[in-house]
Amino acid sequence: MTKNERKFLKGNEAVAHGALAAGCRCFFGYPITPQNDIPEFMSKAMVDAGGEFVQAESEVAAANMLLGAGACGIRAMTSSSSPGVSLKQEAISYMAGSEIPAVIVNMNRGGPGLGDIGPSQGDYYQSTRGGGHGDYRTLVLAPGTVQEAFDLTMLAFDLAFKYRNPVLVLGDAIIGQMKEPVAMRPAVKVSKAEGRSWRLEGKGTRKPRIIKSLFLDDGALAGQNRHLQEKYEAMRDEIMAEEFQVKDAELVVVAYGSIGRIAKTTVRKLRAKGKKVGLFRPITLFPFPDAALARLAKAGKKFLTIEHNLGQMVDDVRLAVRAHADSGFFGVYPGDMPSPEDFEEPILKALRRKK
Amino acid sequence: MSAASTKEQEVLAFERPKVMAERATHYCPGCHHGVAHRLVAELLTEMELVEKTICVTAIGCSVFLYNYLLVDSVEAPHGRAPAVATGVKRARPDNFVLTYQGDGDLASIGLAEIMHCANRGERVSVVFVNNTVYGMTGGQMAPTTLIGQKTTTCPGGRCREREGMPIKMAEIIAGLGGTVFSARAALNNVKNIRQAKKFLKTAFEVQTKGLGFGFVELLSACPTNWKMNPVKANQRIETEMIPYFPLGIYKDLSNEGGVC
Ligand SMILES: Cc1ncc(C[n+]2csc(CCOP(=O)(O)OP(=O)(O)O)c2C)c(N)n1
Ligand code: SF4
Repeated sequence: MTKNERKFLKGNEAVAHGALAAGCRCFFGYPITPQNDIPEFMSKAMVDAGGEFVQAESEVAAANMLLGAGACGIRAMTSSSSPGVSLKQEAISYMAGSEIPAVIVNMNRGGPGLGDIGPSQGDYYQSTRGGGHGDYRTLVLAPGTVQEAFDLTMLAFDLAFKYRNPVLVLGDAIIGQMKEPVAMRPAVKVSKAEGRSWRLEGKGTRKPRIIKSLFLDDGALAGQNRHLQEKYEAMRDEIMAEEFQVKDAELVVVAYGSIGRIAKTTVRKLRAKGKKVGLFRPITLFPFPDAALARLAKAGKKFLTIEHNLGQMVDDVRLAVRAHADSGFFGVYPGDMPSPEDFEEPILKALRRKK
Repeated sequence: MSAASTKEQEVLAFERPKVMAERATHYCPGCHHGVAHRLVAELLTEMELVEKTICVTAIGCSVFLYNYLLVDSVEAPHGRAPAVATGVKRARPDNFVLTYQGDGDLASIGLAEIMHCANRGERVSVVFVNNTVYGMTGGQMAPTTLIGQKTTTCPGGRCREREGMPIKMAEIIAGLGGTVFSARAALNNVKNIRQAKKFLKTAFEVQTKGLGFGFVELLSACPTNWKMNPVKANQRIETEMIPYFPLGIYKDLSNEGGVC
């Protein structure tokens, strides 16, 4: 790749390029719309890079293949969309429990059930609350542009190994399917020593290693859960959010991913009309940027959370701002496609709200 | 005869392979999991695979295999060991990769994973312990439970009309394109144990030679859930299990260069 190379890419392709540049060498997938460009790209890219691509028999199997490769300390990934990610939750819980690094991409579509293949943010709870069984969390990165789809996927691998934890990249059908120019970053050289202290590679002459999530001895599981919780707390160092025209704003719109980007257009339009509105776009959904929101609340801002679901992230917003404010909510029904104009009226209404 | 010369006449028939931990297992008296572990341990040692083995352990009574078999190990969710093993082998093709699974694990919840792993011809070895029952969870019906066999979830005995026929994995696996070796042995007497070891060796070899997928089903006793003493349990393998699950090799392409 030449320096400063730019490519015109779909979000899905950007995710795949990001993974490749991050040193991903094993990809396990199963087709589901709207993310098929990712496994299609990886089926060639992994082999060309001397790695492995497997089209698994199911999402269950793909996620468990990921578990196996991750336990070996290899940079590996799977991608899917909502119903497929539900199937992956079993392995994600096991990977969190046994501290296996892995990257899982979810191009969120409409649900529940089979729903539709259009965009939605209905998997926010599933992504940020663990999703599978047990007390665990995964880092969740939510790109709002195709460039971010590339950058955040690259970052996801570093974070997965830094914390020995699964990392979710949560996009949706809009991010996955739209095309934008992307400034490509040079491929990283993955250190041969990555994961050396824990990865499985055959015991050689050292003591054997066990990667497991079963802890039956007295107090052992409590100890593991304590350790995991401390890790999730430490992840707060990774918190990211975009603040757009919030300084003098009376009302702050809170929205993430593609809805964040649509809302940004609305905010721009309303600013042009002299309305004091701004945008706060969480980029890490877990850990949630609650401190920054609390600061804004303390400064007397009002809030309106906009999501492409029936009210999920708004819970986190309300928890963050509760001492000083509340957040109104405007939900776009999964199955509907919003435009910037659709947000004008709800934002203006929230702006008129007393507090 | 002096004490010293008596000692010299002692013949050491076998030792504990060093890859086995020096500790008592948690298995019930008469359980064959211990015998199966031992065979695996002996072969890993004899074939000089200990240092490069990565074992994928499953759900069921054998989940603690990693406490006894001193090799690098990863624990798979119920039934998914073949998928995990696929990931391990793809990530580290130079390692020797082994799964060890019970019948509930492999023939019920994990049926898709085992069949596709075999069909892809993954270079892994699968040790399948068939005791016709879910041991760990207290003796419920398994896909391999024999017709008429009573379990806690078929208290009247397994009935073909209600529950279907016991599933024959060695035959099914043999029918898949990526399988190079599939066989069934039993662990109820010395002769059968010897045969089991031979089969396991071939299964391991098809992996070390890069030929494809190797599978060995081991008919094993679960005296606790069969509610039998160990001797009766061994007899049951002979009189009830082997007639329905015949021993032998169902597929062996190891001399034909494998499947690729
Ligand atoms: C998803 C899931 N479902 C159910 C269980 C409960 N479970 C634990 S062991 C087991 C059966 C194991 O039977 P088998 O594979 O025959 O092994 P055995 O105990 O007989 O050696 C079951 C159902 C589980 N651990 N995970
Ligand atoms: S319950 Fe059955 S399979 Fe489990 S240890 Fe006891 S005898 Fe063995």
